[in-house]
Amino acid sequence: MTAQEQEFLDYVQSGGQVETSDWMPDDYRAKLIKFIEMHGNSELMGVLPEREWILRAPTLQRKLALTAKVQDEVGHSQLIYRVVEDLGKPREQCLEDLIAGKSKFHNVFHYPTKTWGDVGVIAWLVDAAAIISQKALLKCSYAPYARIMKKICWEESFHILHGRDVILTMMNGTDEQRELVQEALDRWWGPLMQFHGNPIPAEDDPMFIWRIKSQGNGEARQQFLDGYVPQIWELGLTVPDPKLGKNDNGVWEFSEPDWDELKHVVTGHGPRTQDRLGLRRTARDETTWVRRAVLAEAA
Amino acid sequence: MIYEVFRQERKGQPFAHAGSVEAPNDEFANWYGREEFGRRGESVALWVVPREAVQEISEFVDELKRNYHRVDGYPLKEKLKEARERAGTPRAR
Amino acid sequence: MNAQELLELADDELILGWRNSEWTGIAPFLEEDVAFSSIAQNEIGHARALYQLAAEELGTTADELAFDRKPEEYKCSRFVELRLVPDWAKTIARHYLYEEADERRIKALMESHDSDVAGLAAKIDREEVYHRMHAQMWFDRLNDEPRFVEAVDELRPLVDERGEHTPEFAELWGEMTSVRRSIAGATW
Repeated sequence: MTAQEQEFLDYVQSGGQVETSDWMPDDYRAKLIKFIEMHGNSELMGVLPEREWILRAPTLQRKLALTAKVQDEVGHSQLIYRVVEDLGKPREQCLEDLIAGKSKFHNVFHYPTKTWGDVGVIAWLVDAAAIISQKALLKCSYAPYARIMKKICWEESFHILHGRDVILTMMNGTDEQRELVQEALDRWWGPLMQFHGNPIPAEDDPMFIWRIKSQGNGEARQQFLDGYVPQIWELGLTVPDPKLGKNDNGVWEFSEPDWDELKHVVTGHGPRTQDRLGLRRTARDETTWVRRAVLAEAA
Repeated sequence: MIYEVFRQERKGQPFAHAGSVEAPNDEFANWYGREEFGRRGESVALWVVPREAVQEISEFVDELKRNYHRVDGYPLKEKLKEARERAGTPRAR
Repeated sequence: MNAQELLELADDELILGWRNSEWTGIAPFLEEDVAFSSIAQNEIGHARALYQLAAEELGTTADELAFDRKPEEYKCSRFVELRLVPDWAKTIARHYLYEEADERRIKALMESHDSDVAGLAAKIDREEVYHRMHAQMWFDRLNDEPRFVEAVDELRPLVDERGEHTPEFAELWGEMTSVRRSIAGATW
């Protein structure tokens, strides 16, 4: 590491903030782009499992709330890719890499949705898992990203409300509706537990070293369990993990998540990965002429 | 073209930078700024400005460290103590 | 202005909103995705308000009117039923033509003797001003594109075509009501 890079490292580790036009080490810039791009990809891919249900929403209110939620996610990807673009990687390049399978997105968006129960569970628990990571990113050393996280977190809080409303309505409904929720939860629990990633010690995680992330994966998972398992249990729902429980030290214990499944899925082998990338590719190809007509500089 | 968007949360608050949108012209930028930063009623007003119209200034020259621009250029403590003693009004401890 | 007439406008707004919401997440570019989704949401919001007004007269609820009628009871035009994704030229052409025709309809409602109807129409009109601006903005931008000019010419004769529903409508209705019908009488 050069003296200038060391000075930068000390600066961010003591809470220093970095702006777009500041000097930054190449490695910092590269790691930042990769991390933020993956977030943008995830917001954009997260839209696809949910948008099918916009068309099937069973009341006008749910239709509007779900459309607004999905719209927020598209909006988030817009904000996020703008940050990546200002760091040096054009949005069109990000989208091409995503569709070509060269870049990644979060595991949860590779899985199918099967029922209205999934709609509730995703909005409530997947968004909850995401908001925990996102709140930690409010302290990201790269200021433009930290600033958009504020808006993103604010909007995500509406999504969780919507999710809980959907779930509570079903839990107070018929036996069949309660079964839909439990069944969806049983399917989503594995991916949820994998969501925050393998527990690498913070000091070995380059994202933490550069203060891009301010929280370790294990810590995020504990926060998720602390916040949401009580909410799950109080509704009479069960979690499909007999080992799940809080020990005497206040630490949640659980069955080891399937890290092989996680790796397999995020490298493009999830049950719905190829379908969804295919849909993105088709939509993009069919509308290339629009971008040319309107955003002339873009390819 | 990139447009910067500034938003005002409530009347009386300053306009703060909220983010940016890509648009081909002012008309589209009006729509996209409004949508991205106002659809949830979070702003009472927005300024939408082409990025090239914004001049960034982040270098300020003060080689001679002019202390009359800072609080430490006005050392009052000792002088105040002396003035109180002369007037017989030393501050109660 | 009776409930049945309100339903025609409400059904048009609902189904057009439905079709427009099919673009959410896959629109040509992200900023427009967000903008177009708001337009779709507004249309569904208009439908809801109109259903609520009609529901008072008919002794039912907005959701029941929106979801629980049989396909042949809906009064939407064949024009709004067309499934146009992923054709953006046709989508904008329909958006433009619909807003043009709808403006006349709404202005007429604003003159209604029924103050509830007139009041609601005025509110809808204030939102539709933005839709018309959006449609005009895109019309001006795409007017040099042959495929767009063709799309407008192709769709113009179909505006306000009413009668038997298209086969696409049955499919739309099936999907739209699938969750609701899955558990009879449930609250969602």
